[in-house]
Parts: sequence; C-alpha cells; structure tokens
Amino acid sequence: MIDIALYIAMAVVGLSQVMAMVRLLKGPMVGDRILALDTMVVNAIAMIILVGMHWGTQIYFESALIFAMLGFVSTVALCRFVLRGDIIE
Amino acid sequence: MTLILDILIVVLIGIGATFLLIGSYGLIKLPDPMSRLHAPTKSSTLGVGSLLIASMLNAWVHHDPSVHEVLVMAFLFVSAPISGNFISKTHLHMRRNDTDLPCPPEEKSWASTAPVKND
Amino acid sequence: MPMRLFYRVFPHPFLTLLLIVVWCLLVNSISYGTVVMGLILGFLIPIITAPYWPNRPPLPKPWLLVSYFFVVVWDILVANVEVALVVLFKPNSRMRSNWVVIPLELRTPEAISMLAGTITLTPGTVSADLSADGTALLVHALDADDPEEVARDIKARYESRLKRIFEA
Repeated sequence: MIDIALYIAMAVVGLSQVMAMVRLLKGPMVGDRILALDTMVVNAIAMIILVGMHWGTQIYFESALIFAMLGFVSTVALCRFVLRGDIIE
Repeated sequence: MTLILDILIVVLIGIGATFLLIGSYGLIKLPDPMSRLHAPTKSSTLGVGSLLIASMLNAWVHHDPSVHEVLVMAFLFVSAPISGNFISKTHLHMRRNDTDLPCPPEEKSWASTAPVKND
Repeated sequence: MPMRLFYRVFPHPFLTLLLIVVWCLLVNSISYGTVVMGLILGFLIPIITAPYWPNRPPLPKPWLLVSYFFVVVWDILVANVEVALVVLFKPNSRMRSNWVVIPLELRTPEAISMLAGTITLTPGTVSADLSADGTALLVHALDADDPEEVARDIKARYESRLKRIFEA
C-alpha cells in the first residue's frame, strides 16, 4: 500500500518539478527565476525523501540535508548578487 | 495497529505531495511576482514537513526508529522566511521606481529603498 | 558569582543546548558517547564564536516560546489550507493582493526578526521590508480585502505574545 502511494507521490512531485521548471524558463523577472530554483530545490528534497522511503534506507537523509543547506545558500547568494552586484563584499 | 499507522503514512504522503503540487501550480498560475512568492515558500514547507513526518513514521514502523528527519524540517522552517525575505527584497529592488508601495508612518522610507549612505 | 563563572564557561547556554540536540539528531542515537561529544562541541563552538557575538540577547521568559511555537504551528496548518484553496479555486481577476503596513511596538532586533519570520511562515502573508528606522514592517498579503484588519490580526496574535516573551 505504501509502495503504491510512494509511486503516485513521486509522479506528483515530478510533475510539480516540471511546473517549477516552466516558471524558471518563462519567469519575466530575475526574482521569479530565483523563486523557481528555490521551489525546485524543495521538490528535489521531497523526491530524495520519497526515494529513501521506497528503498528503506537512511543514507539518503544526509543528501536531503545537504540539498536543503545548498539550496538555501544558493538562493541567498543569487539574491545578494542581484541586490548588490557582489556576493561577498 | 500497523495497518492504522500504514494508513496514516499514506495519508501524510498524499498531503505532502498535494501541497507540493499546489505550491508549484501557484508558481505558474498567480499573476504578479509578489503574489507568486506566496505559493511555494508556504506550501512547500508543509509539503516537505508532512513527507518527513511520514518518513519518520515509516522508519519507526518498518525499520529502525529514527528521528533525524526533524533536522531537515527545522532547517527548512528556519531558512524559508529568510530566503522568502531575500526574494521579496529582490522584487522590490527591481521595481524601485514604482510608486504603488504604501509609505511607512512618519514619512520615513523603507530600508531597501532608503538613500545609501556612503561613509 | 557562580552565575558569572557559568557564563564564562558557557557564553551562550541555549546555543550549547541546541548544539547537543543537533549533534544527537545528526548521529541519530542517544548514548553517553554522542551526548558527551555534543557537550564537547557545545563547549568549544560558543567559545570560539563568542568574539563575533559578544552579548546575549535578552530573553526574560523563554518558557512562553513553547506556547508561541504551538500557536504558530497551528496557524501554519490552518492558513496553508486556506491559501491552497485560494490558489486553486480563486480566479486571478478576483484576487486582491495588498500591501500592509504594520507599525511596530517591538524594539529588540531579535523580536522583530522573529515576528518577520512568523509572518512569512504563515501562509498568505510575506514580510518584505522594514522601515529605515525600524518602526514599521512592510507585509504583502495574497488575498486580503482589508489591509487594516490583517495588520490588527497580526498585532493581536503575534506581536503581543512576542512583546511578553522578549520585552517583559
């Protein structure tokens, strides 16, 4: 039962990843693209968690944590680059 | 007992996937940049949050108990407001000549539109 | 006097506690070994980082943070469903997104950042900016007919609680 739910959830998360990608390609402003990247990172974390549940291992937890941290740092770095033209002053 | 917990896990996976989908759908559907900010930063935190709770329950029922998913959740909940605030600052920065922003009381300017002091 | 010695050894007691908990979660076990390793980290890291962070933020009533946490989690759950319904079923033409100005009574930076974070985490509102002198918060609301009401709601629900926690 859980396996079926996991397959459906993976398909749904993949679909939302595609939707975020549409906004990433279309986004009229820079902020939209950054926001779409942020959403894609969150979706990727969700996908990693689902894969980890499906295979019943805990080793995917670390990659989810690293994805969360890298996603946050890259969002802040991109925003800072747009705001100040420089990341580390 | 295991059956009830399994159903709970399935429901949590469903809620998580639904909210992630709604977040991304809102990213496409909403009309202007500032309201687009609302969809993902919110629904995604609840979506990933309930998926992590499902993962924790799953590990507790079928494998060794583990709680370290809390760490990812805590990190996302702490970092989501900060990245949201940065993105909205970017939006404000890109349209600083618009005049539809309300003014703060006492006729001061907002921090990111204030004249920069060079010292 | 013992208090001063305690603060000399542990400059930030809450940071020490947080580091121990995070270390135990990261290793994913609670045994004497992990707690002692967490205690070593929680002893070293605050001392190393103390020069960047010299004074402790005032927190007169930390136990009220627990009830605040549960209020915020409940609001996140409720408002998430509301925003999801708005996103799914409300046509864009009837969406009334608004800027809301919230005049602040809070003065400490920690309390203001906590309020801004709470506003962003609660769906439907995003805190966008602070006024240059730190007396007002600019908030964007996704679907609000009356900006005044949103401001009053936030002030009554979160700001009064934070005022009690940080500025008693």
